[in-house]
Amino acid sequence: MSSTVGSRRVSVREALADNGALAGLLVLVVALSVSAPTFLSTQNLLNVGVQAAVVAVLAFGSTFVIVSGGIDLSVGSVAALSAMVGAWSSAEAGLPGPVALLLGLLTGVVAGLVNGALVSYGRLPAFIATLAMLSVARGLTLVVSQGSPTTTPDVVSFLGSDLTPYLPVPLLVMLVFFGITGFVLSRTYSGRAMYAIGGNEEAARLSGIDTRRQKLVVYALSGLFAAVAGMLLAGRLSSAGPQAAVGYELDAIAAVVIGGASLSGGVGRATGTLVGALVLAVLRNGLNQMQVSPFWQQVVIGAVIALAVLLDTLRRRTR
Amino acid sequence: MLLSARNITKSFTGVKALDGVDFDVRPGEVHVLLGENGAGKSTLVKVLAGVHSPDRGTVERSAGTRLAVIHQELTLVPRLSVAENLYLGRPPRRFGIVDKARMRQGAKRLLDRVGLSVDPDTAVEDLGIAQQQMVEIARALDLDAQVLVLDEPTAVLTGTETDRLLDIMADLRGQGVGLVFITHHLDEIRRIADRVTVLRDGRSVGVLPRGASVRRMIELMVGRTISEQYPRRRQDPGEVLLKVDGLTRDGAFHDVSFHVRAGEVVGVAGLVGAGRTEVVRAAFGVDRYDSGRVEVAGEPVPRHDVRAAVRAGLGLVPEDRKGQGLVLTSTVGDNLGLVTLRSTARAGLVDRRGQRERARGMAEALRVKTSGLDQPVRELSGGNQQKVVIGKWLLADPKVLVLDEPTRGVDVGAKVEIYELVNRMTAAGRAVLLVSSDLPEVIGMSDRIVVMAHGRVAGELPAGTTQDKVMALAVQEFPA
Ligand SMILES: Nc1ncnc2c1ncn2[C@@H]1O[C@H](COP(=O)(O)OP(=O)(O)OP(=O)(O)O)[C@@H](O)[C@H]1O
Ligand SMILES: [Mg+2]
Repeated sequence: MSSTVGSRRVSVREALADNGALAGLLVLVVALSVSAPTFLSTQNLLNVGVQAAVVAVLAFGSTFVIVSGGIDLSVGSVAALSAMVGAWSSAEAGLPGPVALLLGLLTGVVAGLVNGALVSYGRLPAFIATLAMLSVARGLTLVVSQGSPTTTPDVVSFLGSDLTPYLPVPLLVMLVFFGITGFVLSRTYSGRAMYAIGGNEEAARLSGIDTRRQKLVVYALSGLFAAVAGMLLAGRLSSAGPQAAVGYELDAIAAVVIGGASLSGGVGRATGTLVGALVLAVLRNGLNQMQVSPFWQQVVIGAVIALAVLLDTLRRRTR
Repeated sequence: MLLSARNITKSFTGVKALDGVDFDVRPGEVHVLLGENGAGKSTLVKVLAGVHSPDRGTVERSAGTRLAVIHQELTLVPRLSVAENLYLGRPPRRFGIVDKARMRQGAKRLLDRVGLSVDPDTAVEDLGIAQQQMVEIARALDLDAQVLVLDEPTAVLTGTETDRLLDIMADLRGQGVGLVFITHHLDEIRRIADRVTVLRDGRSVGVLPRGASVRRMIELMVGRTISEQYPRRRQDPGEVLLKVDGLTRDGAFHDVSFHVRAGEVVGVAGLVGAGRTEVVRAAFGVDRYDSGRVEVAGEPVPRHDVRAAVRAGLGLVPEDRKGQGLVLTSTVGDNLGLVTLRSTARAGLVDRRGQRERARGMAEALRVKTSGLDQPVRELSGGNQQKVVIGKWLLADPKVLVLDEPTRGVDVGAKVEIYELVNRMTAAGRAVLLVSSDLPEVIGMSDRIVVMAHGRVAGELPAGTTQDKVMALAVQEFPA
């Protein structure tokens, strides 16, 4: 009889070959420890973690969106708007810090729900809906702030501080959201539905999955994660800026894609995204350490993104 | 010899798909490749075509021999028109610009050759799956190759189209073309084959001459005999579980009524374009309808709402496994668990262990040939993918299961296993609506047969009717 339902063995080699980004990260780390002696210092490594945190949290949110076959271009603007609403509610409206924080997070969720409604019920292409939100949210940030930075309440500033000298809060937040993302993607109905919708929306619908409601959930999560990232960013500076997080949506998408997700949907994992965000942060940090000019840094980072995806595509094709 | 392959071996992670296979094609013959799902037929075709390079072995072509392949999975571009697909990558040009008029004319000619009457400007995605297959065939024919390989082209075709294709193949054979033909329909093999090479588990287990008996073919292929091809076990029908009443959508179907009782298998027969798929999709809430009603166990099912239909106890195995049945980016296990994902989840959390256990049980019951539940479903052979689509709905155990061409591309042995599971469902008081273009299948497995023609119910026939009676109703004309 020809039927076999066994299990597959996965070796370390396969795991590395299977995750080009992880291999790339290791290569980067080794190369930098050799060429930039300060790279491996505890302080610097913690720095990398803190630098990665904002993009990583944004990217975790984008992972949901990309896995379900969508795209969210608004996360940078939504991050800025949420942080600004939080800061304004406390500094200008005089609300207690925790309430202000909640209002900020709620702002992200609402922005995400609007995106989701436009995509699933309004049938707008995700690219268009979230591009519109990118502009609207940025505009609202400027309206709320009147164009100037606003001081954040203490709870928000705490998010950017160090718990002990060796324990920066952003790093903790990043790890917590990494855990949440992995959990949602692998254990929850919504997470599993995301893979099905991204892989074949019609098949998902015909299997009785409420594709439209699930897309609302997806964009709402992305909005919430963007809001958290916005708080981290503002917390580090103890101030929410009207031009904060401009262009971060591209870093978020890059992190997800470097992490092995497919922009056509159905594929992607929390670990991949974490590695992707770390690759970007390590690269930026390393280039700084080697005193490469910021102009050239942009060129290098762009090239690395293209290379990562290219290698990934080639690897898939040769199987 | 036009083409000759020696000692071909090809492995994928964990599976030896081909193991030392010899295969050749002579001018003016139809060489059939026969084997169970996952035996390695498509893999061999891909090696011949140079899609896969073999781990060992050689493929030799005599000088100047061109090869055209119709792969099992359609390769058309859905958004492009029929004409654009026919001339994909080689459009007729004038002054460097695509000559649309000439392209349209050429497309008409190619479509005529296969007897397909559709407007060349229609987008391929708006065609039925059988029509898409005919377009694919037309495209391959235009290459004027010396070797033509057809990987299960008839799986999605009905009788008339299959007849047409076999005629074309016989024609080409007369002109000295060498044909490789894969099919799970043994009657087609008896009609056209000059030689039959049987594969089992990646090995060539024998070559049969023209006129070999069906019994012999099955024996070689599955290693045992099959006593009963259609093992339907009837029982007394119970209450009406599915009632479709006066269903109408302008231009698609008109005043369609029928019912299915608990314990019954009701077949739906008809020609391509008779509106069978349209009706069941509408009843299941996938598409809209203008008037009429659908009831499951006496409760009305809301229109155009798949979720509500599923909750009411309906299930549908769609006809297009790649487009509507499978999530190709996901694993075998995830696909099998797709329908039960929601109903077994608690507080939004997936029942991971239960889902895996059920998926494993179903994969075993259907003998899905896979290296494990974590294997990407896209790596399975066509027939095994089809089993996964059926399996996910069998797991959901709906009150009424609608099967639209469920055994497409499934081998003779596995068909019997699917029929046994249908028996088990009806024995447990479920109802099954079986839409199929495979006449022996509808007649062999149904307790009653509803025949549709031109979007209407043309009549109903009892079990044990004949193909002629079904066809007589299926070609019936209605006054306008
Ligand atoms: N790309 C791939 N990766 C891994 N395994 C594969 C791949 N392609 C085929 N296989 C495996 O090789 C075996 C042979 O598959 P193949 O598609 O050749 O079967 P087949 O004889 O054409 O079956 P069917 O009648 O169902 O079409 C199967 O076990 C299949 O799972
Ligand atoms: Mg095949």
